Amino acid sequence: MLDKIVIANRGEIALRILRACRELNIKTVAVHSTADATQKHVLLADESVCIGPPQSIDSYLNMPAIISAAEVTDSMAIHPGYGFLSENADFAERVEDSGFVFIGPRGETIRRMGDKVSAIKAMREAGVPCVPGSDGPLGDDAEENLRIGREVGYPVIIKASGGGGGRGMRVVHTEGALLNSIALTRAEAKATFDNDVVYLEKYLQHPRHIEFQVLADHHGNAIHLGERDCSMQRRHQKVIEEAPAPGISEKQRTEMGRVCVDACKAMGYRSAGTFEFLFENEQFYFIEMNTRIQVEHPVTEMITGVDIVRAQLEIAAGEKLKFSQQDIRISGHAIECRINAEDPKNFTPSPGPVRLWHAPGGPGIRVDSHLYSGYEVPPFYDSMIGKIIAHGADRSTAIARMRNALNEIVIEGIRTNIALHQEITNHGAFQAGGTDIHYLEKRLGL
Amino acid sequence: MDIRKVKKLIELLQESGIAELEITEGEDSVRIRRYPAAALSAPAALAPETVQAQPSATAAVASAPAVETGTGGHNVTAPMVGTFYDSPAPGAKPFVQIGSSVSEGDVLCIIEAMKMMNQIEADVSGTIVSVLVESGDPVEFGQPLFIIE
Repeated sequence: MLDKIVIANRGEIALRILRACRELNIKTVAVHSTADATQKHVLLADESVCIGPPQSIDSYLNMPAIISAAEVTDSMAIHPGYGFLSENADFAERVEDSGFVFIGPRGETIRRMGDKVSAIKAMREAGVPCVPGSDGPLGDDAEENLRIGREVGYPVIIKASGGGGGRGMRVVHTEGALLNSIALTRAEAKATFDNDVVYLEKYLQHPRHIEFQVLADHHGNAIHLGERDCSMQRRHQKVIEEAPAPGISEKQRTEMGRVCVDACKAMGYRSAGTFEFLFENEQFYFIEMNTRIQVEHPVTEMITGVDIVRAQLEIAAGEKLKFSQQDIRISGHAIECRINAEDPKNFTPSPGPVRLWHAPGGPGIRVDSHLYSGYEVPPFYDSMIGKIIAHGADRSTAIARMRNALNEIVIEGIRTNIALHQEITNHGAFQAGGTDIHYLEKRLGL
Repeated sequence: MDIRKVKKLIELLQESGIAELEITEGEDSVRIRRYPAAALSAPAALAPETVQAQPSATAAVASAPAVETGTGGHNVTAPMVGTFYDSPAPGAKPFVQIGSSVSEGDVLCIIEAMKMMNQIEADVSGTIVSVLVESGDPVEFGQPLFIIE
């Protein structure tokens, strides 16, 4: 087992990783910016190293600082969490070149899946169904691009190959707007990702976002842990997630799960990962793969009983997967609400001191948050301050428990989106289940 | 001591996680310490400071030592994470010590990070009144290193 690791992240996921390390008797090194010295996991860690000023670019995105911290503390491995450098192939390679274990897939895998065009190509080759589209990058030939648009059928969406997670995209409703849209998206992609490669896909009007969780070890074993439904989104950011996905049959789960596992084995995937699909008219269409642990991993943990972060640590230590596919059983239903420090109506961020924090409890309630009374939420990072997860024997019990928890939780001193969650969990459409990715924005009138 | 034997010891040190190795054979002894340029010290003239082996649970922690800077005292803080060295090479004279007069831009110390030696310069002119860390100590971003008045 790993002796000591650097937790190269912050907030709730850093605390999550620390807890898993504690279970496995792995010593922890918390690297943090000057603004984050009082974070809960920093105070709990065995050692801490300040790696830079508040700005992420100089701290949590500062590769030499993080690797240097691993050196001076004599750590064995680095867990990148999610966001920040977790899907940076250069970082993964530099970590390994410096003699440390990167807790995640190999750099080349990250690079392949990070480039959306090459990821789709790899998935097609592996027999994974993808959204109909340009099947590759768009060239400069206007006639050819118009032809592709006609063949795929409007509306279409232009996407940046270097983008992902909802960024670098533009919907095109008519042929007349296609060429301009391609040019605009290219320019934005160049500016944002320093990569002007774009591709085209059919724009699905009422898809649900359904993703599959996988785990793979360094010995060629891979399993899936079922799916999650993350359709409740605002501006491509997930607001509520649940597992399993309402209405998905055992047959569909088994079939898509097997497709994902086979793809993992074909690419020599390692550690945790998620295959994201759009689901419409009973068809799954691959859109992208996330080569890291995800925010919403707890809902999968609650229904399968598998500790995914712990599994990442065990995999990184060279151990074989403890479970075979037959061992994985779905039990009950889990829902997660992302709690953000923001105004519930206009979504402006609301950093500041948390005067009072009172966590909910009771059967089936799990709270993943780094908050404590007196903690000061800094203004420099994203606004997510925690997650409430509710599990029950069925979906209606999970919803009832979540609504209880949303009524019990108290966060005073900053504004949060708890009121938004209370509203959504009251919607008839949510309670019926199966809403698509456009539902929330339409309902909120955005 | 046979130079081949010494070479073998250097290799042993480099391949292992050992920070420092001292072997005594009769009248001869050699101490080899893990700096990036592994130093071979003559038996009698060893640099006396102890190498910090691994930081203990508290050593690398953020809290800056409570130091009175006095009137006009200016903290020179570490601009990066790494290992602090007070001299350009092991056994060499330190760049500065208490009482040294420095001008803005003078090299005060080295911080080693990822096998690269970074020279840290004074950001003000004045006199060194305090050296807050020892050569070989791990330092973090923002950690006070010197006080200049």
